[in-house]
Amino acid sequence: MEEILEILEKDCRASAEDIAKMTGKKAAAIKQAIKKLEKEGVILKYKAVINRELVRDTDSAVRALIEVNIAPQKDLGFDKIAERIYSFGEVSSCYLISGTYDLLLVVEGRDLQTVARFVAEKLAPLEHVKGTATHFLLKKYKEDGVILKHREENKRIAISY
Amino acid sequence: MKNIISKKVQAMQPSGIRAFFDLVLGMKEVISLGVGEPDFVTPWSIREAGIYSLEQGFTSYTSNKGLYKLRLGLARFLKHKYGLEYCPDEEMLITVGVSEGVDLALRAIINPGDKIIVPIPSYVSYGPVAELAGAKAVYVDTTKDDFKLTPKSLTKAIDKKVKAVILNYPSNPTGVSYTKRELEGLSKVMIRHNLLCLSDEVYDDLTYDFAHTPLATLKGMKNRVIYLNGFSKGFAMTGWRVGYVCAPREIVAAMTKIHQYTIMCVSITSQMAACEALISGAKSVQEMKREYKRRREFFIDGLNDIGLSCKKPQGAFYAFPSVKHFGLSSLEFSQRLLKDKKVAVVPGTAFGKCGEGYLRMSYASNADNLKEALVRIGDFVRGI
Repeated sequence: MEEILEILEKDCRASAEDIAKMTGKKAAAIKQAIKKLEKEGVILKYKAVINRELVRDTDSAVRALIEVNIAPQKDLGFDKIAERIYSFGEVSSCYLISGTYDLLLVVEGRDLQTVARFVAEKLAPLEHVKGTATHFLLKKYKEDGVILKHREENKRIAISY
Repeated sequence: MKNIISKKVQAMQPSGIRAFFDLVLGMKEVISLGVGEPDFVTPWSIREAGIYSLEQGFTSYTSNKGLYKLRLGLARFLKHKYGLEYCPDEEMLITVGVSEGVDLALRAIINPGDKIIVPIPSYVSYGPVAELAGAKAVYVDTTKDDFKLTPKSLTKAIDKKVKAVILNYPSNPTGVSYTKRELEGLSKVMIRHNLLCLSDEVYDDLTYDFAHTPLATLKGMKNRVIYLNGFSKGFAMTGWRVGYVCAPREIVAAMTKIHQYTIMCVSITSQMAACEALISGAKSVQEMKREYKRRREFFIDGLNDIGLSCKKPQGAFYAFPSVKHFGLSSLEFSQRLLKDKKVAVVPGTAFGKCGEGYLRMSYASNADNLKEALVRIGDFVRGI
């Protein structure tokens, strides 16, 4: 199982047939294992890692990290208010964190105004939200283990012993 | 001016693929399976240690034998990994890759007329370097024994003049390795005939089907084994050129004499980086090994599917398939494959005469490349 995950995490396009060859197992067994992982929610989704800096005119051209201070609710803690916040389509990631703030959001928008409007009109006025601090993202270097730049050229000589 | 070049060097054969290499250089979009080094770059923590050492001003010579810190680290590393015990002061020497270790070891032990046994197909340097040192290389053809030296073939090659055997496992170019049992069989012959053994185990970390056994750990062998290893393959550090030799103290002392006059010491930057590799490199080594193993399964199956028959090699990152039934020599096959389909491989003859009919293909290349290479080679062989 762990090996299948390691392969798919590196390249989710790897077919069951290829994975079967790499691991010395039957393709049918791999297919079944993947189905099980999907069903159990271990594998949630297959997606491409895109360098947004090279794509113009998108709805997610601007990103901001937003720290949110919230008052926890009796019996519900942070979960209920967190759900109200992460359900907004503009929020692409949402984490509960320790420290000065409670939630860390990643919010995406077409431009600065869109993000600012989201904070001012949707996020900040929410009940239990006590304060926000917005940091616009200037440059992304690395995300989820992937370094975001053009692939490095192969520096090896073509034939060696 | 006549006779400028020494007779010994004149007699040396230039490496068999020089012309082939030039041909590859001039072409674009070639998929190369001809590379004898990892396709990973050195893990960052190791590179960073090299950079930091430069920032700190470590730019001097080190002791001839190498940084004590590195030798001590290696002594602990080998003890922990294999239970091998060597004294960092007297039984260890840091060399410029395993290549220098092989050269020093041979020069340290050879007298004119001595013979050195080299099982072939083998890494390219063993025979020529032995002869340069004044020995006669006795080549043992292993193609009929699955590319392995056996007690029988070894015994047959031994006469009174034979001083040492060179073993390399897992092997470049065949990927074949020896189990503990097989090594025990060979060690008995070496003990019976009082032979030394240069054991080049630089691919030890890339052994897939069983645990690697260093020859020196076998009963009665430590005092006759010159253990050669390095950081190139396991830690993806080929360009740093750091190897090491562990051997009985009188041999290390003799090798150090040559080393101090010819090399002086290994680059301090590389030695500092190697120290870091011993501390933090293990996780990366395991990750790379798992990746190579998957490629091996994928690639060897793929080769067999398209008719290049090949047993599964137990280590390193090479396949050594036979192409005899296509009616082309190794060189013709390689040249035509390169011209027609832009896939570069190394003809088996580069690794000894008996390599005729075989190719060395390196699977130290990413999965997409390997897949594409298999498609192209498949197209090629259907067209022969």
